[in-house]
Amino acid sequence: MARRSHVQTTLNGETVEFLCEPRQSLLEVLRDELHLTGAKEGCNNGNCGACSVILDGRLVNSCLVLGVEAEGKSVETIEGLADPDKLHPIQDAFLENAALQCGICTPGFIMSAKALLDQNPNPTEHEVRYWLAGNLCRCTGYDKIVRAVLDAAAAE
Amino acid sequence: MLENKDYKVIGTRPIRHDGVDKVTGRALYGADFQAAGLLHGRVLRSPHAHARIISIDTSRAEALPGVKGVVTAKDLPDPGDKIADLGEGAVNLKYLCDNILASDKALYKGHAVAAVAATNPHIAEEACTRIDVTYEVLPPVLEVRQAMEPDAPLLHDHIRTTSLGETAEEPSNVASHIQHKLGDPEKGFAEADVIIEREFVTGTVHQGYIEPHNATAHYNQDGQLTIWCSTQGAFTVREQVAEILQYPISKIKVVPMEIGGGFGGKISVYIKPVAALLAKKTGKPVKVLMNRADVFEGTGPTPASFIRVKMGATHEGKITAAEGYLAFEAGAYPGSPVGPGAMCIFAPYNIENVIIDGYDVVVNKPKTAPYRAPGAPNAAFGSETVVDELAEKLGIDPLEIRLLNAAKAGDRRADGPIHPRIGCIETVEAAKAHPHYTAPNGKKHHGRGVASGYWFNIGLESSVTINVNSDGTINLIEGSTDIGGTRASIAMQAAEVLGIPAESVNPSVVDTDSVGYTAVTGGSRTTYATGYAAYEAAQDVKQQLIARAAKLWEVDEANVQFADGEFSSINGKEEQISFRDLCGRLGETGGPVVGSGTVNPGGAGGAYATHVVDVAVDAETGKVDILRYTAVQDAGKAIHPSYVEGQIQGGAVQGIGWALNEEYIYNAEGEMTNASFLDYRMPTCLDLPMIDAVIVEVPNPGHPYGVRGVGEVPIVPPMAAIANAIYDAIGVRMTELPMSPDRLLKAMGKI
Repeated sequence: MARRSHVQTTLNGETVEFLCEPRQSLLEVLRDELHLTGAKEGCNNGNCGACSVILDGRLVNSCLVLGVEAEGKSVETIEGLADPDKLHPIQDAFLENAALQCGICTPGFIMSAKALLDQNPNPTEHEVRYWLAGNLCRCTGYDKIVRAVLDAAAAE
Repeated sequence: MLENKDYKVIGTRPIRHDGVDKVTGRALYGADFQAAGLLHGRVLRSPHAHARIISIDTSRAEALPGVKGVVTAKDLPDPGDKIADLGEGAVNLKYLCDNILASDKALYKGHAVAAVAATNPHIAEEACTRIDVTYEVLPPVLEVRQAMEPDAPLLHDHIRTTSLGETAEEPSNVASHIQHKLGDPEKGFAEADVIIEREFVTGTVHQGYIEPHNATAHYNQDGQLTIWCSTQGAFTVREQVAEILQYPISKIKVVPMEIGGGFGGKISVYIKPVAALLAKKTGKPVKVLMNRADVFEGTGPTPASFIRVKMGATHEGKITAAEGYLAFEAGAYPGSPVGPGAMCIFAPYNIENVIIDGYDVVVNKPKTAPYRAPGAPNAAFGSETVVDELAEKLGIDPLEIRLLNAAKAGDRRADGPIHPRIGCIETVEAAKAHPHYTAPNGKKHHGRGVASGYWFNIGLESSVTINVNSDGTINLIEGSTDIGGTRASIAMQAAEVLGIPAESVNPSVVDTDSVGYTAVTGGSRTTYATGYAAYEAAQDVKQQLIARAAKLWEVDEANVQFADGEFSSINGKEEQISFRDLCGRLGETGGPVVGSGTVNPGGAGGAYATHVVDVAVDAETGKVDILRYTAVQDAGKAIHPSYVEGQIQGGAVQGIGWALNEEYIYNAEGEMTNASFLDYRMPTCLDLPMIDAVIVEVPNPGHPYGVRGVGEVPIVPPMAAIANAIYDAIGVRMTELPMSPDRLLKAMGKI
């Protein structure tokens, strides 16, 4: 086994330390070392977006980032989105719009939508579709997801 | 009795019960399962499409530090000649076992040949590269017509074609031939003024669920085997694992975790028995995960097919005869969905003279698995394109010719059954009345197409238990894994009976030790059959509570009535108590109330859909854009309309992908060259417009609320509808799927 590296990062606003092998992706670290399984592995090569997290304000596929790259950075995952007593407006909009079926892609879509609305609070339908094109959903045909993101933008 | 009753819960759109868990990342899917001492398993797969396995040497892998166990087909019990019936018809157990771990031959690239358990997944992967397999590579058979040739290489020496009850002498790749015949097709074609005959080819496509297969298994020292996994049916996993491992079902518990999509592809087991073998060998819990390439290459896609359709009609538009020839690739072992394809191909029409031949053919590709209305989309691509061409030749509107010939209650389907009350006519009429159908659409290279589709739906067994809580809520225990909102649609049916809000039902999907037998979440059966069981369980609760109220009031049970959530006494003493208050008095009236419902309903009621699509064809690149899409479907009764719309939209979009982009691309050696989500191109949201889902409600007499299954039929019409729209746009009939840019350019004579 390769020697494990010590990494200190900010995860959902809290300082976190972990050990990881240099070959472990951030997705593996989140899931297997930190037991945050909200980010999902759908393809492990950046094609499906199910593992989307926000790294220093930028949307990334966590399967394409190494765990050691989180050193000194800030990571936002689905687990950090809601307040203790209420959901984030995007989460509410997904529920109100029935924008999920099996739900496996949902955390990734919600993180992508958050990254979009953080920089463009009032997107057009086309902008939403363009921004979310890196996230695959096989259940919904995207109709209700796009509506949910537009609703969340209107609500925020 | 079923016409638009005034329901309180049914037809509303409550937040799904599992929603918060799924938008916060808390919901636990199969791969999220953790256990102390967990080992990680990986599967070694054949690099060859067709090869004899001469030897497997695992010693170098076993010597790698961190490796705790290696298994091959030798670790599986000898299946002998046993035939197993696992609810989808009889299957040869050796096929099932060989598909889990190949014994004598690897029959497709990606076929599992060995597996490793190690202390972490990277070591397991590395160990797989140290397993030395000696193969004798054989020529692959990669296409159904090639496989049917008399001199084609044989996959199995012992398969002999069974044709209409007779078994042939010589071995063949054609496992079976079925035929349905109605009336006198020859006479029917003689009566026709116009006859259209065309041949169609469809490619191999995958369900494309985002969550790869997963399984964690553990054996206790007392021999109790537990499997945590994502599956469409925990009980079918239990049955398959019991058969493959020859282990008693009473010793197996299957725990269904949340499931990340299935569409039919998570019914057959692949790595679940492998995880069990590794767990047995190591004495530790073992988690086996597939990667995306494993999913494409090692699990069942839906078949490529060759289809010939011939239909004849009179000048007035009456279809007088139809002939269908369907040859389906089963993959490595017999069992393609050619049967359902043959059942559905002409089912939107009442045709007096029909002949349908279906062939189940083995090829060196993964054993096919169900995919949303399995077989019907392939078939409808052929038949619905030919109907469009008939309409064109006759100068009749394409929806009008469908109305002229539409199937209705009392008509006979070519494979035998008489239609009960169905909504075929209603969906075509709704499509015709929709503003989309008459909207202007005259730009150059723009076109509009329509197509209809049918899926029969299934019933099968379901069990539900309801535990009544003292605060007037209920816990609903079910065995149907929730793949798209069925906790809600099942809970709502119980809530309607008991006069309580959907939010007062707490539904739980539980393991095989904790609920009665429940068949798969598939066949569009869950809201129908498990919902029916929930209705029965709620009726049981209601009857028991009526008895409690009678006891409380010292009146006869017959004098207690229940309406709008209130029990009241009639004929004499005037008494009233709410459902909630009575639930608070169970202790004093005899103890807890538990209701149960079990069903195996026969009246599933078929579903019809008619789709309208506008496309734009880029004449330079051959790319087809979907401009507008309207999908009309008979839902019987939409319990939760949002999730019915979701099924319609999702099915239509899977069909759009199948129509325009998706296919397994093979090289001459039989290797899939596009086994990733980058190269196997499923639709993204940027490829699509909104999908207008129109729900028609023709109640199904076979369900207390009129429910019809809705999940599958929406994938049936899109391919033909889009082909017909492309014809309208550029004047070329597309007969091969997918209608990708290269095929469009060829069709337009540009390359």
